[in-house]
Amino acid sequence: MKLKSNIAISENGFMFDPYTGDSYNLNSTGVEIIKHLKAGKTNEEILAELKRKYDADDLILEQNLYDFITMLSHYELLDNE
Amino acid sequence: MKKLKYEKPIINKIKAGVPDKYGMQPKIVVKSEIDGIPVKEIVEKYGSPVFVISEKTLRDTFQQANRAFQSRYPKVQFAWSYKTNYLDAVCRLYHEEGSWAEVVSGFEYDKALSNGVPGNKIIFNGPDKTDEDLKKAIENGSFIHIDHFDELYSLIRISQNSKEKAKVAIRVNMDTGIYPKWDRFGFNYENGEAWKAINRIMLAENLELVGLHTHIGTYMMTATAYAVAASKLAELAVRTNKKFKHTIKYIDMGGGFASKNTLKGAYLPGKDTCPTFDDYAEAITSAIINSEIAPDQLPTLFLETGRALIDDAGYLIGSVLANKRLSNARRAKILDIGVNILFTSFWYEHEVYPAEETSQQTEDTTLYGPLCMNIDIIRESIQFPALKKGDLVVIPRIGAYNMTQWMQFITYRPNVVLIDQNKKMHLIRKQENLKVFKEQEVIPDFLLNKTPLKD
Repeated sequence: MKLKSNIAISENGFMFDPYTGDSYNLNSTGVEIIKHLKAGKTNEEILAELKRKYDADDLILEQNLYDFITMLSHYELLDNE
Repeated sequence: MKKLKYEKPIINKIKAGVPDKYGMQPKIVVKSEIDGIPVKEIVEKYGSPVFVISEKTLRDTFQQANRAFQSRYPKVQFAWSYKTNYLDAVCRLYHEEGSWAEVVSGFEYDKALSNGVPGNKIIFNGPDKTDEDLKKAIENGSFIHIDHFDELYSLIRISQNSKEKAKVAIRVNMDTGIYPKWDRFGFNYENGEAWKAINRIMLAENLELVGLHTHIGTYMMTATAYAVAASKLAELAVRTNKKFKHTIKYIDMGGGFASKNTLKGAYLPGKDTCPTFDDYAEAITSAIINSEIAPDQLPTLFLETGRALIDDAGYLIGSVLANKRLSNARRAKILDIGVNILFTSFWYEHEVYPAEETSQQTEDTTLYGPLCMNIDIIRESIQFPALKKGDLVVIPRIGAYNMTQWMQFITYRPNVVLIDQNKKMHLIRKQENLKVFKEQEVIPDFLLNKTPLKD
């Protein structure tokens, strides 16, 4: 899954989609995942990164990451190539 | 390297629309303890879900209501509305505070007697009283509130063979300027039925008309309706006195005071819009004092308010069973609290709070109960933080009606715990189990000792 190009995000979590004109609020973990996606990382790479960095159960990190990706897909922020 | 504290990733779409001038609460409210006892500790000891009653809040609220009326009127008597919450421990607390009992069935009547309430301090309301109930109430000197002419004639018949005179009042319904107009309880004022009933009672040898009662509605969001009702009852008392030289001893204004819960569809929260005890007291007592009743004949004012007295003292603690996304990606949580035990979620937008702080980020969430039924929804839409499976939630203001209207449906009814004023917990109703239900069932002989599905 790749994030659509041109999607703009600020450090404090304000995100703008120029294709639809919609804007979004994200928390810091959300911002971090978006940055990884922008950098072209795969879901597995992002999960590994989260596991390395955060003090949380591995399965919870996995569950939350895929839930977040589902939301990105629902908001049509991903390129379905 | 030390790992960082984790917060679940969240993305919320910014919705443009008409701005809300009241805004949103800036911070998520966390309810981590009840009367100084951690919610976690209560659940560890009594399981989840669990109902909690606060003795302190119960007594404080009662005293506040009592003060509002006592400071405005010389003779006030509260009667605890059993149907609102008839757990014995709860009833006994109200009786300790000086409340009589207000009951609406033979079952509730017997419960009041078993709680040590003398018969002459029981008000017997309701449309369903059997002849046996009426006989018992006459013998015990209870106040019988007559609901319809069939009951009036039953009483005339029964009291003819009774040594004691039956102490009765009539229930009066009327137009108090509110919608919907309740006209199902008692005799109508405007069409003259109430006056007819009074006349018939005054002619009956063994009936003594002691009071006038009304129950104008429930969750009344305006106090002025009570002023109208009190004036109309006072007018009937004056008329009775004029024609029969008979003094009405009490006026009973029934119940119906609103609690601070928010009704479904309301724009503003109930705590900002509902009248206070002082508002109700001012409306009712002014109407009686300013009526044409002579000052030396002022009747005792009876009040049967239930909801407004007990709602704040009750809490329901539960836990998150699961998180899921609906087809439109909307967040949903399944709680172990369903409509089977939280009946009032059909009427109210109950507040729901996490028991510990997790995150300040919220999502628009639907809260479902655990039942395998589509109607089992606690909140259609609430801004709620991300809680994980097993996290605890607290629903405040649920003391009224839930512990009486709850259903044994799909699962057992949970423990009810009282926290006393010394912060000690007491189990006041045990969680049900299979044995409780098996005891009520009888398997016919022809089905016994057969195991049709066994190989």
